[in-house]
Amino acid sequence: MSSLLVCAQPATGLPDVFVFAESSTPLIKKLATIPRLSPVTPASQIQVRAASELASTGVPAIDLLTGGLPRGCLSEICGPASSGRTSVLLATLAAATRRQEACALVDVSDAFDPQSAQAAGVEFRNLLWVRCDPEQQRPRKDPSIPLRAGSAETNKRKSDFNCLDQALRVTDLLLQSGGFGLVAIDLGDLPAQTARRIPLTSWFRFRRAVEYTPAILLVLARGSCARTCASLVVELKASGIGRRTSGKLSPVGDQLSGETTPAHGQILTSMEVRAEILRSRLERKPVQSVTAFKTQVNKCS
Amino acid sequence: MPFCCIFVPDFPVEAILRAEPDLRSKAVVVLEGKPPLQRVFGLNEKARRQGLELEMTKLQVEAWPDLVFRNRSPLQENATHAALLDCAQSFSPRIEDTACDTVVLDIAGMDALFESPAKLARDLAHRASELGIETNVAVASNPDAATVAARGYPGVTVIPPGEEETRLGSLPLYVLFGAPTEESAGFLDTLERWGIRNLRGFGTLPELAISERLGQKGVHLQKLARGAVRRTIIPVDPPLLFEEAVELEYPVVLLEPLAFLLARLLDQVCARLSSRALATQELRLKLQLETGIQAEDDAGPANAGLSIDDGRRCTIFERTLRLPLPMLDPKVFLKLLQLDLKAHPPGAPITKIWLSAEPARMRPGQGGLFQPPSPEPEKLELTLARIAGIVGENKVGCIELLDTHRPDAFRMQHFSVAAEPRKLRRARPNTSPQSAAPAVTALRIFRPPLEASVTLRDGHPMQIMCTKKKEVQGNVIWHAGPWRSSGDWWEHEPWARDEWDIAVQTTAGLVLYRLIRDLLRGKWFVEGTYD
Repeated sequence: MSSLLVCAQPATGLPDVFVFAESSTPLIKKLATIPRLSPVTPASQIQVRAASELASTGVPAIDLLTGGLPRGCLSEICGPASSGRTSVLLATLAAATRRQEACALVDVSDAFDPQSAQAAGVEFRNLLWVRCDPEQQRPRKDPSIPLRAGSAETNKRKSDFNCLDQALRVTDLLLQSGGFGLVAIDLGDLPAQTARRIPLTSWFRFRRAVEYTPAILLVLARGSCARTCASLVVELKASGIGRRTSGKLSPVGDQLSGETTPAHGQILTSMEVRAEILRSRLERKPVQSVTAFKTQVNKCS
Repeated sequence: MPFCCIFVPDFPVEAILRAEPDLRSKAVVVLEGKPPLQRVFGLNEKARRQGLELEMTKLQVEAWPDLVFRNRSPLQENATHAALLDCAQSFSPRIEDTACDTVVLDIAGMDALFESPAKLARDLAHRASELGIETNVAVASNPDAATVAARGYPGVTVIPPGEEETRLGSLPLYVLFGAPTEESAGFLDTLERWGIRNLRGFGTLPELAISERLGQKGVHLQKLARGAVRRTIIPVDPPLLFEEAVELEYPVVLLEPLAFLLARLLDQVCARLSSRALATQELRLKLQLETGIQAEDDAGPANAGLSIDDGRRCTIFERTLRLPLPMLDPKVFLKLLQLDLKAHPPGAPITKIWLSAEPARMRPGQGGLFQPPSPEPEKLELTLARIAGIVGENKVGCIELLDTHRPDAFRMQHFSVAAEPRKLRRARPNTSPQSAAPAVTALRIFRPPLEASVTLRDGHPMQIMCTKKKEVQGNVIWHAGPWRSSGDWWEHEPWARDEWDIAVQTTAGLVLYRLIRDLLRGKWFVEGTYD
């Protein structure tokens, strides 16, 4: 029985087709004499990269979907507002801090809520929170030149870029410092077009900095912005909310409008989230690419 | 051999050279007094060989070429003396502070630690050299013989017991005295007129004749010359004060040359701490700013201090670096000080610098194979200082929730790696999906809260619009609330509010917000997004 072997010559890229005979020894001898195959690297010398170790996100549904967040890689969680991104971020931070790993959160919009984090189980003594400040300007070369007053929109964009610049520099410092188990960048409130303007070289640099380390680099944004540098991209979408009306729990998915129960008789109890893998470069093939889970509203916060 | 003496020749010059080691190859003259009546107070061997002498006026010595002049610095002399005591105490717990340039050690019982007294003396001289002080070290059977030998012989000298008179005999007479005084000058003058040139000549004179002509002081000096004085040392316990200081010839304006000076001071402080097997957890930097110039008011944190002494019209600028763990790396300290001074510049030229370190025990470190990764404390401190320079000092750290019901009440604290190795907790395996707790819905806070225009119907929000954030607007298709909360009515800043949870249909889709009405100000705000 014969089978087909196709091998591509690296120099020209042109495939050569060889047909196996039953006895392969004459074939191997012939292969050894072909000079065009000399640039081909023997398999024994190919550097095989070990599969990345995976760490729990703290959300069982996402762990089942992805296997966890890969260490030494850049992962992204993206989605619009109220899609459950921050809930997943807090669950990941809680899981990492409970493992006694030092974690860092670079908060571009200063949107982190300590009370929500406490409810999620984050251990604050293991979490370094960096709050970007739109008012903190880079030292100007010539302070005598006054800043021109611009429109509110222009000033808002300038402050967004200022925060983004701070976040990139801080992330670089944290990754170069090393020792952190999880470094999370929260670009959540930044407009998608602003986040996409982060140059690809920055993402390459960050990915290179965490490669071969046990650190997880997690990016939270409205849309995927790390492009090919991300090893795992998960998109979240809200698929419904759960609320309790007059002592009864209304199923998720009921029409929100047209509710007859008075507002003071209703309580927001949960959010239904749909998660989908957009990209995964991990060795392990996911069983499924979409999952759904619920987040519980903690009314003590 | 129970006693060792460490002596610093030309002590005022050595104090200057400790701060400026590049001057060691030059002829240095230390002047004292107010101009134009300055006189030579100290000079090194190179200056002495050119024919200069003590008490010459500045006008006289200026005729010599290639001389380096420095004013006497009591500040640096004190620091050098403290370093000398530290060096001595690192070898023996019983030391005598004989003079500013002389320390005597009791080395009885040190045979187990050092091979021989000669080795101890060599190690002592080497340790002093590491601290920037060139010394003479002598070992003898009594403290005064060791002192005289250290004053007279350069380098390391060991006098076997019983040979004191022989070995000290060739030394000149001035080694019997410490700092020159009128009395010592009188004795030397008298002995010179008698034709006595060395200690041997003085020692052979009849004791009765010395007693009649020079009194008991003369008899004591004769015994010193023979190395026959027997006394016990008066031990001192120097305080654990690690402070170095430098007085500048010209005010320093830029931070870069200041960094060079700080590096030198840090090396000296760390060397002294290291000699006592100590580290530091607090560094204090004090700068004297140029007289008459008011430093700018520093709006930095509370540990920046400005004090003005109207009588002397000098301004002192202080900074304190508190470290989370005891450390002893001068490079890390220098970088932290540079970052701190960059964030809080002194605002005026600097004329004097004091640097002191609070001693602390060195932290024990024991690594482990199964410990979770954590940043190195020294690297982490540098990283945090750099991050603080980017985002601001109170914008980086770990969180401490305050014990209050006030919303968003927390405090930022310094983030540090745990001193003790953290134990890795074993995670309990989830036996079933139902046993795992669901994720908590997080709130993304708007800081400050976004002021909103809210259209009400029957007291319920129907439509919202934020001018500062255009995407936060739309029809409220669902709402729950209000929940009223208030607090701190007994404080200066009471609060009272009604909270609503609303679902708004925006262009991006359905978004859940927390809407609040400030009951005291009567305004609506969007506090955050459920995400």
